[in-house]
Amino acid sequence: MSSADSDALLVVRDLVKHFPIRRGVFRHVGSVVKAVDGVSFDLVRGETLGLVGESGCGKTSTGRLLMRLEEPTSGQIRYAGRDLGPLSGPDRKLIARDIQIVFQDPYASLSPRMTVHDIVAEPLRVQKLYGRTGSAKVDEVLESVGLRRQHASRYAHEFSGGQRQRIGIARALVLNPSVLVLDEPVSALDVSIRAQVINMLEQLQNELGLAYLFISHDLSVVRHTCDRVAVMYLGKIVETGTRPQIFTTPTHPYTQALLSAIPSPNGEGDRRERIVLRGDVPNPSDPPSGCRFRTRCWKAQDICATEEPPLLPQASEHLVACHFPQPIDVLGGEPVGRYSDAE
Amino acid sequence: MTSPLLEVKDLAVQFRTMDGTVRAVDGVSFTVDEGEILGVVGESGSGKSVTVMSMLGLIPQPPGRIVGGSVSFQGTDLLNTSKRHLNQVRGEEIGMIFQDPMTALNPVMRIGKQIAEAILIHHRRTSSSAALSRAVDLLRLVGVPQPESRVHQYPHQFSGGMRQRAMIAMAIANDPSLLIADEPTTALDVTIQAQVLDMLRRAQAETGAATIFITHDLGVVAELAERVIVMYAGRIMESGSVRTIFTSPRHPYTAGLLNSLPSLEHDTETLTPIPGSPPNLLVPTPGCPFQPRCEIGRDREICTTTRPPLVEVASGHESACHFTEEVLAR
Repeated sequence: MSSADSDALLVVRDLVKHFPIRRGVFRHVGSVVKAVDGVSFDLVRGETLGLVGESGCGKTSTGRLLMRLEEPTSGQIRYAGRDLGPLSGPDRKLIARDIQIVFQDPYASLSPRMTVHDIVAEPLRVQKLYGRTGSAKVDEVLESVGLRRQHASRYAHEFSGGQRQRIGIARALVLNPSVLVLDEPVSALDVSIRAQVINMLEQLQNELGLAYLFISHDLSVVRHTCDRVAVMYLGKIVETGTRPQIFTTPTHPYTQALLSAIPSPNGEGDRRERIVLRGDVPNPSDPPSGCRFRTRCWKAQDICATEEPPLLPQASEHLVACHFPQPIDVLGGEPVGRYSDAE
Repeated sequence: MTSPLLEVKDLAVQFRTMDGTVRAVDGVSFTVDEGEILGVVGESGSGKSVTVMSMLGLIPQPPGRIVGGSVSFQGTDLLNTSKRHLNQVRGEEIGMIFQDPMTALNPVMRIGKQIAEAILIHHRRTSSSAALSRAVDLLRLVGVPQPESRVHQYPHQFSGGMRQRAMIAMAIANDPSLLIADEPTTALDVTIQAQVLDMLRRAQAETGAATIFITHDLGVVAELAERVIVMYAGRIMESGSVRTIFTSPRHPYTAGLLNSLPSLEHDTETLTPIPGSPPNLLVPTPGCPFQPRCEIGRDREICTTTRPPLVEVASGHESACHFTEEVLAR
């Protein structure tokens, strides 16, 4: 991994975030939710890395850790060669300009009491950069996300979901960042609006050379937007690789199950074998021993309960954490083997 | 030919708001045959939920108002029937599965008791112990593990997927002839959604109930339904078999939706979005509601002045567009 360090813009190593659950009158720590438990990845300038998984897998927590909206329990985040951990005060504020976030819900993430201009200008004001040029900068950014200057004096509630998400993106762009954390940026939008926002994000990336950390549970959108993908399960990355590696040679059983489970509208889904996993995602405060996926895995053996599989390379850039890795092209219709919902 | 189980004709529902009257459902007609699975797709505000809610008298009136149409179910018009008969139909002949099981289930009542209640309301002679043991059977049927002990738990002790299974158990408790599922898997994760869809399919096969499946997810419809209705701005834009609709759509809205979806199976270079945004339902349009966003109708007068009727373009395939031939040609 060290070879990639040199050209990576953002380097994340062994990132851990544990949330204590406090109980009782004395608020003693009852147990710990291991939301993010040893996550490592690199983000290169101009690329999109998809972070996928189901709710509770830690993908959003990872994004919030990068933004320092949460303090990591341990681990390292390096941006442009600098370790962000020890930074405080003005240094940290300076770095904050470079890493910005777009939230999932365009209804909850914009203040109803502020005009669009004030919403987009706020990061400039916080950074004391508004000055004389701020107003023009706001107009310029609004234009780049497809909104008009006249929109600036209106309030967020006057806009549709898609337009609100554009406002959220404009706010993230106004400080000229180089990394955008996109937390489910199109999940709350209607299907006919989604493609507009996806295309706009791609265009902005081409023009501005932005790197995206694209957090999503929608693997069709991820296939379209991402260059590389990391699949998370219960706080850990179980598989990571390039787009073709993840979508045509998925190797971790969880990735295979996830891909096979998605209903597809183009009639090709028929030839796909569905893996219907048994049970629910286990409680993250008490994850299974060994491999965390073993309780739902059809391949699980004794070793899976005793030994945690490390994330090992299968091919260049393709890492898989499984004791029995075997690539299966589930989307291409390759059979998975016998497995169905145990009742 | 036997008459359909459900026949909705020219249903129109309006909501009176501070800003004016919203035409949420604007002349919707469709039928459901016994035992078939009908998918209803549309984006938020397209009127898909209001259509079924108003059929069952479940929209609050006021502000809602059913201004026209008829809903014939097993020979009676549900819009003009006694409250008592409607209560009898709901839950016994028509089972309902809602999107969010956490708000649809009673949080302070044990799961088993809630399912038993659904049975006892319609079968007064059944003993409560018999109803409870039927609840256990139903939970087993929908794949809840250890149903004997789970039946005594409260909704918060169930995971999201398990709660939705309990909802399905409740909906099929009285062996209904029609099941209505309103976005039943939208709040669930993909792997859990796969389990619940699998279960719904099995429950449907087991009971033989016709099913109306409302969703915004075209993939889910393709997977589950035989026939599909595409709604937009309170109207039906297109209807037909799932295969035809998804492979040769004859309405520009359906075609636009399919073009704007990224594919899971293939790398797509560029997505072609539908321009603009859905119309404001406060402003009535004499023509086609999709016209402002439509490639074909944007500069055509007829599309702004005349509402296109839903016409048959092939056997069992209807489209509400003045230029269905052009959609095919594109």
